[in-house]
Amino acid sequence: MTKSDSAPRSFQEIILRLQTYWASKGCAILQPYDMEVGAGTFHPATTLRSLGSTPWAAAYVQPSRRPTDGRYGENPNRLQHYYQYQVLIKPSPPDLQELYLGSLEAIGIDMELHDIRFVEDDWESPTLGAWGLGWEVWCDGMEVSQFTYFQQVGGHDCHPVSGELTYGLERLAMYVLGIEHVMDMPFNDPQAPISLTYGDVFKQTEEEYARWNFDVANTEMLLRHFVEAEEECQAILAQGAEDPKTGKRIVMAHPAYDQCIKASHIFNLLDARGVISVTERQAYIGRVRALAKQCADAFVQTKAGGWTPAQDVAAAQ
Amino acid sequence: MPDLLIELFSEEIPARMQARAAEDLKARVTDGLVEAGLTYAHAAAFSTPRRLTLAVEGLLAASPAQREERKGPRADAPEKAIEGFLRGAGLTRDQLEERDTPKGKVLFAVIDKPGRAAEEIIAEVLEATIRNFPWPKSMRWGSGSLRWVRPLHSILCILTDETGARVVPMDVDGIPSGDTTEGHRFMSRGRFFVTSFEDYEAKLKRAFVVLNPGERAQHIWSDAENRAFAAGMELVEDGGLLNEVSGLVEWPVVLMGDIGADFLDLPPEVLQTSMREHQKFFSVKHRKTGRIEKFVTVANRETADNGATILAGNQKVLAARLSDAKFFWENDLRVAKSGLSAWTDALENVTFHNKLGSQGARIGRIAALARELAPLVGADPQAAEQAARFAKADLSSEMVYEFPELQGLMGRYYIEAAGHAAEVAAVAQEHYSPLGPSDDVPTAPLSVAVALADKLDTLTGFWAIDEKPTGSKDPFALRRAALGVIRLVLENGVKADLLSVFRKADLLHAAAAGDTGPRVDSYGPDLLSFLHDRLKVYLRDQGIRHDVIDACVAMEGNDDLALLVRRAEALEAVLKTEDGVNLLQGFKRANNILTQAEEKDGVEYSFGADRKFAREPSEIALFDALEQGEGAIRPALKAQDFPAAMAAMAALRGPIDAFFEAVKINDDNETIRRNRLNLLSQIRAICSSVADLSRIEG
Repeated sequence: MTKSDSAPRSFQEIILRLQTYWASKGCAILQPYDMEVGAGTFHPATTLRSLGSTPWAAAYVQPSRRPTDGRYGENPNRLQHYYQYQVLIKPSPPDLQELYLGSLEAIGIDMELHDIRFVEDDWESPTLGAWGLGWEVWCDGMEVSQFTYFQQVGGHDCHPVSGELTYGLERLAMYVLGIEHVMDMPFNDPQAPISLTYGDVFKQTEEEYARWNFDVANTEMLLRHFVEAEEECQAILAQGAEDPKTGKRIVMAHPAYDQCIKASHIFNLLDARGVISVTERQAYIGRVRALAKQCADAFVQTKAGGWTPAQDVAAAQ
Repeated sequence: MPDLLIELFSEEIPARMQARAAEDLKARVTDGLVEAGLTYAHAAAFSTPRRLTLAVEGLLAASPAQREERKGPRADAPEKAIEGFLRGAGLTRDQLEERDTPKGKVLFAVIDKPGRAAEEIIAEVLEATIRNFPWPKSMRWGSGSLRWVRPLHSILCILTDETGARVVPMDVDGIPSGDTTEGHRFMSRGRFFVTSFEDYEAKLKRAFVVLNPGERAQHIWSDAENRAFAAGMELVEDGGLLNEVSGLVEWPVVLMGDIGADFLDLPPEVLQTSMREHQKFFSVKHRKTGRIEKFVTVANRETADNGATILAGNQKVLAARLSDAKFFWENDLRVAKSGLSAWTDALENVTFHNKLGSQGARIGRIAALARELAPLVGADPQAAEQAARFAKADLSSEMVYEFPELQGLMGRYYIEAAGHAAEVAAVAQEHYSPLGPSDDVPTAPLSVAVALADKLDTLTGFWAIDEKPTGSKDPFALRRAALGVIRLVLENGVKADLLSVFRKADLLHAAAAGDTGPRVDSYGPDLLSFLHDRLKVYLRDQGIRHDVIDACVAMEGNDDLALLVRRAEALEAVLKTEDGVNLLQGFKRANNILTQAEEKDGVEYSFGADRKFAREPSEIALFDALEQGEGAIRPALKAQDFPAAMAAMAALRGPIDAFFEAVKINDDNETIRRNRLNLLSQIRAICSSVADLSRIEG
């Protein structure tokens, strides 16, 4: 029996196996984005790289924050900080479903004993101006992943189409490891000299953040930061393409997108603080979407976004 | 004659789209074939989660050759005309025939269209079908530009006759046609060849795929029933879920499991909804108590452990879901028992519509209106107001947040838990009804009062801010609300003048909006005519002609729908009698002559006829009959006895017919003529007091 056929023993082993598996399938294994995001999709390796025609294949873990989901570490399944595993391949390969199923086997799900199903679930992110068609993948009735063919991101049609896979790592790992409460899950090897559970690592932080998210975060400051991020994003994008210092063409899509991410997270915090009314909610989402759209517009003006010098020449004429 | 087999193999097709897609495939392909001259004996379509299949039997091997003859210009016509004809026919001058006709030598074109091989036609039709397929939602994938519901992987397209099977060659966006397919995603490996539909269906079954969705559903249902029966229990019927589940599996395997004892005391609707919506489980209930105690799930495969792992996993997921539901239920009950005010207060902060205020404000208006309407439906005003205040409280509950489809029902549980009377609690569930033409209409007076108030508040509110339905757009379901009002009024025999009810509702809106004056005068008539339009649709389904309704809508008191309908029913009935039909003719004749004369003379003949100018016996008889008729009709109308009024009107048929038979209206004596016209006017007036017969067709 090879190692990957045996059952994994810890949360981190499941992550490591996914990393090894997707690396073996040719993905660049990236690191998490160094900003607070609500989901792996927000990583520029997904949002921005799904735009334009340049081929792309990346996989990474993304710590994700959803302040409203905080339960002081008491709910067995809900966390305000959790991990997603994200895979994005452009163009989507014809055998993406098989590749995906291979990843489940890699983390110890025996296809001969379990019932895997692809159940219709269309994905839409109002804040990113993005949508796609696909499924939620069920294993014995439990949703273990989202599987999406991106059709539009930041208001741009995706050509070619990217295939996106998102695994909710805690939930998936709890299922594979047979754990009832997330805080009881072994984080490292339970036989290790210093064995740690998920709770050892995160119980305290869940409490701290839940208190801050719900009751303490300074809403006036957050409202101000939201506006500042919005303004900075627009100011960055208002700059001309040519850098006056180097004379190079440098469209600053990524720095602008950072501000968009920042605005989005601040909105989530404000939401958790309960200071955003139902009607205002839509307006805030619309403002973040407008930023995301402008960043997407900028990204397709960059080399990674498929811009060629020939287009420069054509534009100049 | 060959048989055609087509299979379009893709990644998982959403269950809800499969049946329609199979029918669309059949219709589009067979229509295309027939249009191109390929007729067939029989066609059938099938779907599984991964494939759409079409089998066509007894197809022509080629379309028949056709000869078309076109008549052209004369042989000596100008060159231009002949050239045009040649271009249209696609022939040269020497291919035309000259024929002698009575008009001289005329050119004829004979165009031979040779038959085309079935292969060629099928390839064209199938490609067009794939490229233009009417999926509700479709997508692109990879680098291609083809659209399909999910990535399309292979096309099987073969023609089979006594010599064997052959592939119909084609290529759609890089996907070539072939004669192979594959079986179950997990239980079968590799592709296999297919030579005919029978071969295909049999090999699929060996590869763990049941092609026919009906067969899958049948298998699931009977297996599930057997398992429930063996456990001494009963399966809860759910046709929609059965169809959905049949579309999620190629190889259905039914498994039955237990609901944890902790959850058995949840309301059965909560258990059933949670299991159906989240897990697509069927509910299994105790034969006697009706309590839901087990579930049935349908897996897509067999396993070495007979589904033990799958069932354990499903049970665990269900337990997590139901823990949530139980948590909501217990929290909600706590709030409910402390008096519901936490919920009703919370609705003050929920926007209903930015121009119509919060849900809380809306509930306040509905409560006030329900109080006003209560006497009309035999309800106690105070109880109606109270019931309305609680009716939507559950919108704030955690359970309804999680399961919006349980709104109303949960309210009923919670209001009872709060210690209110059962009939007050029932209002929460019933006041949303009727939700459609086939939904039951509440009959309990409190429920009727609040249901009417709810719908009328919505209608007047949206009319006041001019957000009316247009075309297919009706985002606030105002047509449904209007039909609701109609059914509530008619099926409960509620006597209400809607214009004055609109006014009451409008005052409440105006007060809430801080408006100075009521706006109902400007929109009331339009809203009433909207209701009349919905009423026409409703009554048409009950067999009442639209022109009959028009004739009654044109009468006074048309905002009392019950009255309007009784009038329409009486008119419909009388127009089915011989007297009624003839009276209508007599009325029309009188009306036509009168209208023409009035136009010609520029006067209105409404002075009343004078008996002393009557000459003919039939004329005198008509005077008598009209006098008598009016004497009967007037009190009948006053008593709203429409059948009696209609009968009295129909009885005028004889005298009117006899009058027209014997009398010439346009007498040479101008006095007599005018008197007769005034007599006709009397006919018109009497009939028009019953209904506006001029609107009746025929």
